[in-house]
Amino acid sequence: MGAKMFGARVPRLEDPRLLTGRGSYTDDFHLPGMLEAAFVRSPHSHAKINGIDTSAALAHDGVVAVYTSADLPEYLRDKTVPFQVPNPAISQPFQQRLLEGREVCFAGEPIALVVADTRYNAEDAATLVEIDYDILPGAADCKSALEDGAPMCHSTSSNNEGAKYIVGYGDVEKAFAEAHLKHREEYWIHRGGGFAIENRAVVAEYDEIDDMLTIWSATQSPFLVKQNVVDMLGWESDKVRVIAPDVGGGFGPKTVYYVEEALIPVIAKDLGRPVKWIEDRRENFLATNMERDQYWEMEIAVDADGKLLGVRGKMIHDTGAYMPWGIISPYISATTLPGPYVLPTYELETRVALTNKVAVTPVRGAGRPQAVFAMERLMDRAADKLGLDRAEIRRRNLIPTEEMPYALGLIFRDGKPMTYDSGDYPKCQAEALRIADYDGFRARQETARAEGRHIGIGVANYVEGTGLGPFEGATVRIQPSGRICIYTGGGDSGQGHWTTLAQVCADKFGVGVEDIDVQKGDTGKIASGVGTFASRIAVNAGSSVHLASNEVREKAIKVAAHMLEAAEEDMDIEDGRVFVKGSDLSVPLSDVARAVQGMPGFSLPGGVEPGLEATHYFSPSQSSYCNGTAVVEVEVDPDTGYVDILNYSMAHDSGTLINPFVVDGQVQGAVAQGVGNALLEWMIYDDNANPVSATFAEYLLPSAPETPNVDVTHVESPTPINPLGVKGAGEGGTIPAAAAIIAAIEDALSPWDVQISGAPLTPSMIVQKVHSGR
Amino acid sequence: MSDRRTISVTINGETFEREVETRLTLSDFIRHECLLTGTHVGCEHGVCGACTILLNGQTARSCLMLAVQADGQEIRTVEGIAPNDQELHPLQQAFQDNHGLQCGYCTPGMLTTLLEFLEENPDPTEREVREAISGNLCRCTGYQGIVAAALDAAKRLQAGA
Amino acid sequence: MKPPPFTYHDPRSVDDAVALLSEKDNAKLLAGGQSLMPMLNMRFVLPDDVIDINRIEDLSYIRDDGDALVFGGMVRQRDIEFSGLVSQKIPLMKEAILNVGHRQTRTRGTYGGSMSHLDPSAELPTVSMAQDAIVSVRKKGGERDIAMADFPMGYMTPSFDLDEMVTEIRVPIWPEGHGYAFVEFARRHGDYAITSSAVLLDVADGGKITKASITVGGVGPSPLRVTAAEEGLAGETGSADLFTEIAEKCREIDAMEDVYAPAWYRQHLAAVLTRRALAKAYSRAVNGTEMNLR
Ligand code: FES
Ligand code: FES
Repeated sequence: MGAKMFGARVPRLEDPRLLTGRGSYTDDFHLPGMLEAAFVRSPHSHAKINGIDTSAALAHDGVVAVYTSADLPEYLRDKTVPFQVPNPAISQPFQQRLLEGREVCFAGEPIALVVADTRYNAEDAATLVEIDYDILPGAADCKSALEDGAPMCHSTSSNNEGAKYIVGYGDVEKAFAEAHLKHREEYWIHRGGGFAIENRAVVAEYDEIDDMLTIWSATQSPFLVKQNVVDMLGWESDKVRVIAPDVGGGFGPKTVYYVEEALIPVIAKDLGRPVKWIEDRRENFLATNMERDQYWEMEIAVDADGKLLGVRGKMIHDTGAYMPWGIISPYISATTLPGPYVLPTYELETRVALTNKVAVTPVRGAGRPQAVFAMERLMDRAADKLGLDRAEIRRRNLIPTEEMPYALGLIFRDGKPMTYDSGDYPKCQAEALRIADYDGFRARQETARAEGRHIGIGVANYVEGTGLGPFEGATVRIQPSGRICIYTGGGDSGQGHWTTLAQVCADKFGVGVEDIDVQKGDTGKIASGVGTFASRIAVNAGSSVHLASNEVREKAIKVAAHMLEAAEEDMDIEDGRVFVKGSDLSVPLSDVARAVQGMPGFSLPGGVEPGLEATHYFSPSQSSYCNGTAVVEVEVDPDTGYVDILNYSMAHDSGTLINPFVVDGQVQGAVAQGVGNALLEWMIYDDNANPVSATFAEYLLPSAPETPNVDVTHVESPTPINPLGVKGAGEGGTIPAAAAIIAAIEDALSPWDVQISGAPLTPSMIVQKVHSGR
Repeated sequence: MSDRRTISVTINGETFEREVETRLTLSDFIRHECLLTGTHVGCEHGVCGACTILLNGQTARSCLMLAVQADGQEIRTVEGIAPNDQELHPLQQAFQDNHGLQCGYCTPGMLTTLLEFLEENPDPTEREVREAISGNLCRCTGYQGIVAAALDAAKRLQAGA
Repeated sequence: MKPPPFTYHDPRSVDDAVALLSEKDNAKLLAGGQSLMPMLNMRFVLPDDVIDINRIEDLSYIRDDGDALVFGGMVRQRDIEFSGLVSQKIPLMKEAILNVGHRQTRTRGTYGGSMSHLDPSAELPTVSMAQDAIVSVRKKGGERDIAMADFPMGYMTPSFDLDEMVTEIRVPIWPEGHGYAFVEFARRHGDYAITSSAVLLDVADGGKITKASITVGGVGPSPLRVTAAEEGLAGETGSADLFTEIAEKCREIDAMEDVYAPAWYRQHLAAVLTRRALAKAYSRAVNGTEMNLR
């Protein structure tokens, strides 16, 4: 039998194509007769539209059509993007119209669409569309937006509160009354985006003969796009096919459905020609959803030993001008806060503020980095006040391994009670501390200080619900050539699903991964699907591949037994052949596949159904909880405020690993995003909510010299929730990063006794803190 | 009336003669006129490096040039790195073996940048590699796999030389 | 983000280029394109004519004139990076050039383009200011030299006219063995610095400073000489205390402010970086080993 594939560090099958320039991303499609679209977007964060004149634009070279809301079919003019994930806590679920003709509520909101022979001409004409605006004041900061007298985000509202809810459990009042020590502090985490290097992109083509609409979109969720197209445009489901080709990074913002994904197909059908729209980077800064802005006003109560008694407080979440995904992010924040700790009582009131900015939907980490920041900072404060080591206070509060599964007392976003299924939190923290040489740190720090260098260390823990349901299916099919093909619904934006899903399947047939193809992200290839987000593919699709492969395997054995006239229980599969154990009787899977194709006039061997294939839609009973600990060592230059990350250690438990190579890559990439959130990425708006930092020269992504190597160690606590024991791994690196980095900076600057309560932290903020501490 | 010119550019050894608008960027020319879509565009303002090509052997950002400026010049893109259809260049192989790419969008720019850099500095330190790719943004990998691939490729190229 | 329509010209000589400049009202010169092209792509500038000077061949020289190195306006930043002459005669420029953007942008970016764009924290104008360079500009029927001290007129505005172009930069050479240091602070490697400091020192045997040049970039609207600090060094023997004291003068500079860096921070960085640059330059001048001055 060949080498075991599952769990091996297998190089990716995706790579040779991508390394030689043979990938096919949405902008790589050049269809005959294709037109290109450019949007006219609001330059104002908030304005009333008095009139739009498109005549000059229409007269421009190469222009085929210009659409405003008035030019759309009647039934679409007031249609808004379908509201995903409603929740009774939401009082003002504003949703975007396809094209806005009356009141724009964020800078970048689409008002008109120009279609021309080239993007160049379309952009020229877009500048010629004349719009008469009455500029209105904008609600910029989410905290002040909720205060009396704030400008309204939508002029029809009487306040900017979009939702309000309380989560919690236990008698918080009593816990605080009995506390040995309490600490209260306000935290702030700033807005940041996904910023995949490929922007969004849509190509749509309508085929009149088949009455079939095909949409290529740089999306993480082709099935959600399809479902929304069907709902919104009222088209027949079997007349719409959505394909996510190669996608150049997702990170959350490409999960959601955007108006552009509805408009481009409408227009392609209307004009009878393929239409392409490629988001440019400026549009990406203005109109692709972001996340993270939250204020937390929190209080912690502990006993004399540093054991947690309770946490309570209030949080304000910035949702932007619209709520396409409701309160998913802030709700995840609220339920993430308790983390890996035994927290006897908890109460959090969340208020969601509407502001005149692009909508907020999940970005890698999805509400968790903020909650972890608040909780971990509280833990640090309690430790400092008690004179306890920051790692020690955590150790004392971690949920003991023997208490797994552990019911938290909260309800998760999937509506089910939150129960941590598995995990060894004490071991995970201990491992992280070990690889970081935490015990040796104080001596290192002393030596460094003697040399005039300021180093510090920070620790942060997190728990993350992954593998969200309801399902992600897979079809496994052995073709008459003997090659195996797997079909699944979620798109791939760099995760390496071809390789990992092939690894799940390969061992069942004793073949190599290179004998397996994976077709993904195409609604034409499998009946149902959901999408690649919330760290869910390995869990859901992986389990479906496992179940489907098992079924195909059984069927192959059954048919081969019939073909070889042997008993099923005497048979096994190896190297792509079904054989009778202890004999040289065997038949290749290709022959088996051919046998069940059927031959006119003959019945199928063994009376089986035709086709050597099976489809499964694995549906997990609940989320599986991954966890981890980050330990970060930094050096800070107190004179310039420069932060150099010296060591970044991470113990990560995402259950069983299908491919450690791929998981390490996910963790490393996710950490880099966390580094950006902690130190670099800052989306600046003026007081009226107009974006200021809308280029890559101003909004700074981490580049190679600023990004640390991550020393990753894996603790494997298989989950009982799915047959593979796997948990999601795509977001864990981001979640504790800001908390651990900021703690380390604070530790490095302890001679000045600085306190840091927010992120990102810029060099000038560091110098300022050092100076006020001096 | 738009300003147009006929230009002739050699890309990966093949000559492309096209009549283009003078304002057409070189990246758009390569991608949409010559249909060599391996070169990517991520920002069109000169920061991300996805559009990096080799212009007469030196790396340059193709979004910051007009196609007419490349008239009569030699360009090499990601499609022109592998020795043939079956094999990968040692640098490409090192990327696969070190998980140097995830979505693959920044990859063409990383490869062209490193190809030039490793010729200039065949035995670089990690720091030098990181500085060499500081003009190429990758949002997926955290650069670790890319840096490892570059260092590994340097070894392979030296062994092969 | 596509460039707006314009008429493109690619003159083969400076004469042709300046003739076009005088003829066209709303023209832009396209040199290395590393600043103009992003602005075109974003349609921040809308020229009727773009005059590409990349096909002018006789502007790409680096010449040794004995007391100065003379650079043609189209010398690429990469040419400077790999020029033996520059490393030998203007080591400050060599140290600075590695901070200019990234290898891919240095392939195209030019000395003359960088001077014309005149970003307050750009390295080449800062070095030019430190070295008292002289910029030659030409227009139809005339040529003139502008001393670096008179070159900046305001924020990103050089003092030459719209119908003039930079053809040459003459950079005087300091005596062999002079001390030099270019120190900058940027958020990321290759970004425009928030603040930079360029220091040149002439040190006599025995350690007395005979001549000093101190320039800070990114603090004022253009690179600034800190003459008050320079004067304080003349005749003094270098020491950590002296450099700390002298560098403090940078806090008196009238500094710019924007959402990315407050004025006090730019002043503060100027003082910190100048202190470091002084120590580095002085150590290089006296014994080649570096004084550790954090
Ligand atoms: S696309 Fe050219 S640098 Fe980003
Ligand atoms: S691999 Fe996705 S941006 Fe680098």
